[in-house]
Amino acid sequence: MEIISTGVAGTMESSDIIVRIEPKDTEGIELTLESAVMQQYGKQIKKVIVETLEGLGVTRAYVDAVDKGALDCTVAARTLAAAYRGAQSTDFVWDGGAEK
Amino acid sequence: MIDFDSIPRIKEVSACHGVYDANNCERKNVDRFDDRQKHSVKVLPSIEEAVRRSGLKDGMTVSFHHHFRNGDYIVNMVMDVIAKMGIKNLTVAASSLTDCHWPLIEHIKNGVITHIETSGLRGKLAEAVSHGLMDFPVIFRSHGGRAAAIESGELHIDVAFLGAPSCDPYGNANGYNRDSEEGSCCGSLGYAKLDALYADQCVIITDHLVSFPNTPFGIPESQVEYVVVVDNIGDPKGIMSGATRFTKNPKELLIANYATKAIEASGYFEDNFSMQMGSGGASLAVARFLRERMIEKDIKCRFALGGITGQIVQMHEEGLVKKILDVQSFDLIAANSLKNNRFHQQIDASYYASYANSGAAVSQLDFVILSALEVDTDFNVNVMTGSDGVIRGAVGGHPDAAAGASMTVVVCPLLRGRIPTICSHVNTICTPGRTVDVVVTDQGIAVNPLRPELYERFAAAGLPVTTIEKLHERAEKIAGIPAPIEYTDRIVGVLMYRDNTVLDVIRQVKD
Repeated sequence: MEIISTGVAGTMESSDIIVRIEPKDTEGIELTLESAVMQQYGKQIKKVIVETLEGLGVTRAYVDAVDKGALDCTVAARTLAAAYRGAQSTDFVWDGGAEK
Repeated sequence: MIDFDSIPRIKEVSACHGVYDANNCERKNVDRFDDRQKHSVKVLPSIEEAVRRSGLKDGMTVSFHHHFRNGDYIVNMVMDVIAKMGIKNLTVAASSLTDCHWPLIEHIKNGVITHIETSGLRGKLAEAVSHGLMDFPVIFRSHGGRAAAIESGELHIDVAFLGAPSCDPYGNANGYNRDSEEGSCCGSLGYAKLDALYADQCVIITDHLVSFPNTPFGIPESQVEYVVVVDNIGDPKGIMSGATRFTKNPKELLIANYATKAIEASGYFEDNFSMQMGSGGASLAVARFLRERMIEKDIKCRFALGGITGQIVQMHEEGLVKKILDVQSFDLIAANSLKNNRFHQQIDASYYASYANSGAAVSQLDFVILSALEVDTDFNVNVMTGSDGVIRGAVGGHPDAAAGASMTVVVCPLLRGRIPTICSHVNTICTPGRTVDVVVTDQGIAVNPLRPELYERFAAAGLPVTTIEKLHERAEKIAGIPAPIEYTDRIVGVLMYRDNTVLDVIRQVKD
């Protein structure tokens, strides 16, 4: 999947995460994360974001996420939504279809 | 003429100061009472003068109370004066400290304060301490532990500086004012009462000097050396909230619903029972639900103890709670009830919770509802350090009430945001697990294996009982396993149990 514009998903509410994804010219995912639970779950949140993008075949993107204590399922869902929006794709199948 | 020495055994008589001598007596004061009290020698023009007259010197201990909560001006006001006078190396033994006391950081850096004893720390001061501000670890004591330490003389207070919303020229002080509705109001002066009684020198600081006698009083004039009048003792909004609001949070209501049913099934909800409730959302909801059960079953409560809220007052005024023992009034309704209700009694910290006091009210409790930041699988409770390991709380009367009550119920959500409340090891043990009987969460009730009969009763009542291990597993299944907090080896705080033995230590967090 190619990120061709800015895609945003999520909110700043507690237990949510806001994920912003932008196009990048070079290979690699550059991720910045700010989290209310950085010390306890920072690594885990980064891992979920990166793995979700890898699952979509996104290899080039800037990702900026602000987390307010979201669970892993929320982190994955917001990342997926942001990526599809950034790729301007409506090619998704919900209920786990996109994760295949 | 009396021949003193001819009186048999007169030298063995105590308190006999020789022969009466009219020339040696002071002249009678013949001013009108109202003029006379205006010249009370106890009233001093400034805090500086009170500090000077108190004889405060380098290395001594000063004390404060925390009845003004986050609206307190007294601690900062007094410590600023002491710092300007050049006195150093002091111990501050406050009943508790909170967010508004961050200016103490400068006094610590400048060597004015070298040691702190308190029930709690919050805000910038707590963060600074957690990051290694002080060489001498902060000593955290429960309200009962502090009371016992003061009574035994082990915690010796040289000078107590106690703010009071009303005081007369001779030092009769109270947490409210019967002469007018103006000014601030904090209700009970429970924690200050003991300081006044045991301090070598007691200075009352007030913004409301009233005519003698300021009855009823929380602190009697016999325990007060000096009175200082200032413009403001605190911010009324920070001292007191109006009525504590009833929670609409569905998770808290669910927890309260379970806790109420557990109390009903416990065997302790019988006529003439006794209880203590916290001021947290779930605790307040339990009070409201219990009220309905009491009316339904025609059960009365003999006494309610501790920090008192409007909810308890309402039950008292309806005749459901016969007596209130109030060490700290949590809202204006409670403060006004203390002022107006005959059987709403102000009590001191020792009466409330001292382990050395065989009649301490906590030891007469059927049940207590307490909150927790963390509970571990050994039922230990943390109310002191946050999930980042930084100090942000207060021990309060938590371990005292837990040890005293026949059934200690801890109410907490399974998760706060993503952070599990039920964990494998609490960051800081404030209340040991052996004194915690029941943990009520939104996702089930765990009973301490030391209390199998409670488990049986809850199960028979159809309550969602489970084990603490299962609650822990469930929390980590939802949120994931949190990475451990990183500390250095340096100890910045010591948790004293209520018998003043070391229960746990707090270490400096890594930057």
